[in-house]
Amino acid sequence: MINQVLQSLPYIVPELIVTGTLCLVLLLSLMMRKKSDLLVFVAALGLFAALAVLTSQPFASACLFFKMTVIDPFSQFFKLVILFAALIVVLMSRFSDEVNQIKKSLGEYYFLVVSMTLGMMFMVSASNLLMMYLSLELTSLTSYVVVGFIKQSKNSSEASLKYLLYGAFSSGVMLYGISIIYGLTGTMELSGINQVLAQGSANTAMLLIGGIMLLVGFGYKISAVPFHFWTPDVYEGAPTTITAFLSVASKAAGFAMLMRALKIMFLDSSALEIGNEFWPLIHGIPVVEILSVLAVLTMTIGNLVALWQDNVKRLLAYSSIAQAGYMLLGLATISNEGYSAVMLYFIVYLFMNLGAFYVAMLISNTLGSENIHDYKGLGRRAPFLSVSMAVFLVSLTGIPPTAGFIGKWMIFLSLINVKMIGLAVIGVLNSVVSLYYYLRIVRNMFLHEGEKEEVAIRYPLAQQLLLLCLMVPTLYFGIFFNPLIELVQFSVQMFGIK
Amino acid sequence: MEIKFLHIGILTWITFLPVLGMIVVLLLPKEQKQAIRWTSLAFTILQVILAVVIFQNFDRTLAGINSKEGMQFVEQYRWIDIKSTSWIGRIAIDYFVGIDGISVPMVLLTALISCIAVISSFSIEKSIKGYFALLLLLDTGMMGVFVALDFFLFYVFWEIMLLPMYFLIGVWGGPRREYAAIKFFIYTLLGSVLMLLAMLALYFSVTIKDGNEVIHTFNMLAMMNPENFVHGSLLEGVGTSWRYVAYIALFIGFAIKVPAFPFHTWLPDAHVEAPTAISVILAGVLLKMGTYGLMRIAFPIFPDAAIHYLYPLAFIGFINIIYGAYCAMAQKDFKKLIAYSSVSHMGIVLLGMAAMNTQGMMGAMFQMFNHGTITAMLFLIVGVIYDRAHTRGLDDFGGLMNKMPKYSGIMMIAFFAALGLPGLSGFISEAFSFLGAFQTFKWLTIASAFGIILTAAYMLWTLQRVFLGTLPEKWNNLTDINGREMAMLVPLAVIVIILGIYPSPVLDLMNSSANALVDFVKNSAGIAMLGQ
Repeated sequence: MINQVLQSLPYIVPELIVTGTLCLVLLLSLMMRKKSDLLVFVAALGLFAALAVLTSQPFASACLFFKMTVIDPFSQFFKLVILFAALIVVLMSRFSDEVNQIKKSLGEYYFLVVSMTLGMMFMVSASNLLMMYLSLELTSLTSYVVVGFIKQSKNSSEASLKYLLYGAFSSGVMLYGISIIYGLTGTMELSGINQVLAQGSANTAMLLIGGIMLLVGFGYKISAVPFHFWTPDVYEGAPTTITAFLSVASKAAGFAMLMRALKIMFLDSSALEIGNEFWPLIHGIPVVEILSVLAVLTMTIGNLVALWQDNVKRLLAYSSIAQAGYMLLGLATISNEGYSAVMLYFIVYLFMNLGAFYVAMLISNTLGSENIHDYKGLGRRAPFLSVSMAVFLVSLTGIPPTAGFIGKWMIFLSLINVKMIGLAVIGVLNSVVSLYYYLRIVRNMFLHEGEKEEVAIRYPLAQQLLLLCLMVPTLYFGIFFNPLIELVQFSVQMFGIK
Repeated sequence: MEIKFLHIGILTWITFLPVLGMIVVLLLPKEQKQAIRWTSLAFTILQVILAVVIFQNFDRTLAGINSKEGMQFVEQYRWIDIKSTSWIGRIAIDYFVGIDGISVPMVLLTALISCIAVISSFSIEKSIKGYFALLLLLDTGMMGVFVALDFFLFYVFWEIMLLPMYFLIGVWGGPRREYAAIKFFIYTLLGSVLMLLAMLALYFSVTIKDGNEVIHTFNMLAMMNPENFVHGSLLEGVGTSWRYVAYIALFIGFAIKVPAFPFHTWLPDAHVEAPTAISVILAGVLLKMGTYGLMRIAFPIFPDAAIHYLYPLAFIGFINIIYGAYCAMAQKDFKKLIAYSSVSHMGIVLLGMAAMNTQGMMGAMFQMFNHGTITAMLFLIVGVIYDRAHTRGLDDFGGLMNKMPKYSGIMMIAFFAALGLPGLSGFISEAFSFLGAFQTFKWLTIASAFGIILTAAYMLWTLQRVFLGTLPEKWNNLTDINGREMAMLVPLAVIVIILGIYPSPVLDLMNSSANALVDFVKNSAGIAMLGQ
């Protein structure tokens, strides 16, 4: 037994590094309370080291810890996304006035962010329902705390409480779903469940109920409609850095878990043929229908409600709901191509969404406001910031030559390939709707004159450099997307399936 | 035919010169207003010089349309190449540009109009660095659309134009600029996403041989060959319902840009609010992209559907002509009048195309060119008077003829060209279009020709209201046009007159391509019908 644990350890070096980092951050914050820069440095260095180790083992593929977790290109890919997002968020936090005003507990802040990262890393590699639940809870519990991090702010506390209540409820439902599935199949291990289902002995109705309950947990994490009600309030109330982190990394982890569960549990591996676009699914469970409805609801409601928002963070919250809808479209194709399109979308989304939140954070640092009407005249006062915001928003809309277009293009490509034309039409019409609210921000920045006197706002070089790090890939990958597609096509492989 | 400078083909140069210009403009300090203006002008003049080189070296005998050999100044490089996996074949996208008789007049027009738009923009004072940078980016987008032979590339260029246009209208426009800008953007994006879906459906339906591998492709020329369609794919076969759907999706995408009735409502708003130079570009070049797209993409790729929907297309053309003319007649705003006259004149292009014979096609193509020059003049004329009087109300003026003789002279050329007076270029293209259309749609053409009378009516009425009669006291200190305004109007006037008397320089360019296009569409649709 101990042997297997020891054998598994080399594969989770990145996780171990992250664990070490979080211990170190905690210790440092106890010993040296005043040195916040040191904390940032240690956290960033730890995350960077984890990233470096991760990229050095791209072909690893194994089953670890008594089939609790696996390591495969798929999980490696999502860990990459999560670690990168965490790194950016840590650097962002360094520049955030909101976070830095709480000097006393900065150590806890970085500690919690790194723990969230650890939870997410386990989420993407979990191959057992119990492990999925545990890692999901690790992520959730830490994020409840960090969302309410600004104790003086009423909004932040409200957000935290709301997040906690919704989270507790949905993870309860999820747990119940897991118990039903366990009762039906006698195992919690995904491929084991698949084998039992393939025999067709399980009661379909009960399985459907269990599956939908499980979906509640996933849906909550990726904020799909109708499990999205917490999202706007939490995104608005939480510190902007955390909002950015939740909207990218947490969503990525939720998606990875959902994608793995779907594929491993419901794929009929006996009928699998090489070269077939559609995966044969174990019959009786309307996976495609459920996902399609979810996708359409998520993007349409997200987009329509976003039209009315005046708070930029809230607007971006609804936008990120809608973005999850587009990704669900890719899932609904139930094909390797759809999966790789979603993964591609995540890389792109990482840059553009973090970028948009980063700009919103910098602006609220100086203006003290997140209201869209206060953005008036910023195009002249802070040209570089405004231009990059415009790039991110255009990319979120999906207009070439930005990377966002490539993400959407791949998703629609996979939809057309499996002849889901109705969904593709709804998808593109939604992106036309989204143009309106994304441009509302741009419009306020460039088309309106500011009411107050126009003083140029200057930002330190370091802050601009970080912004550049997010903007350049958004533009570059819009034109040269070869490497991205190659990466996701490689990474779509999961352990246990050809 | 190939011309290269520094190992880079002339089409790449002509397309990306403005982007180089944009970079230079962005590097200049924003206080250097004159430097920014002259840099932009220098780059667009270079572009015009390249256009002249193309005009000189263009082989008039080659048809192009569906064969790479017939295309000229071709450049083809692999842009995106992703090796195949077990579930999806290789993805390969080319940077593939080339021109034939359909595109070459448009390339010339784009270079010319961009240059004139830059001259006309010299009077802009508000944040000119951003203005010229965006204008140059827009120029690249337009030029790219006309040279691209790969659908993906075409789409990217098509979309690149949207954002600069949005800002140019939205920041430098009139009082209702925000509304006009967002309306333009949303309408066009709606059209282009439909085009995107049609493009993706085509991608999966068409394969070509690349070395030993069979791969899907965005190559437009490959899409025109029915043999390249994969058996069992969505758009395979002839006259299948999905082919009609895809054609309609493409058609809507292009019709919004034309703009064809009932998608035309963005145009008057955009024109009225846009600054003069942008109106000139909008009417002079952007509208042509719609009809160009129909000729370059929709017709040859879906000949069966195109033939099937010829009558509806002609009917839309007819509505455009008559409805546009009536709307123009009702306007009190000079610019809005010209905007609606554009709707009417683009209707003639649609009608001529729908005739699907050589005269009609030639007429349509020539009308695209002529409308570009004539309407550009009209908008510049409005701009001149607006710069001086700060109003565009038709009823506010009168008797300008005596006050501004040079201006009135140029105005007369533009007005009479627009109403189709023989001896000026508009007449020839309209006559060709109607002649062609008459052979195919007798009654519809007769009814449409009534639009010519309406055009004459509103043009002459406008002329009377603005230029004849007595001059109101308040305009006593209006000055005649200055040298810069002459510089942008006179070249256009010269072109309008020369092409009115001797149209062959342009007609020769497109003759063989127009023939080939008509033959190709008719033949492939005909073979297809027989095969059924």
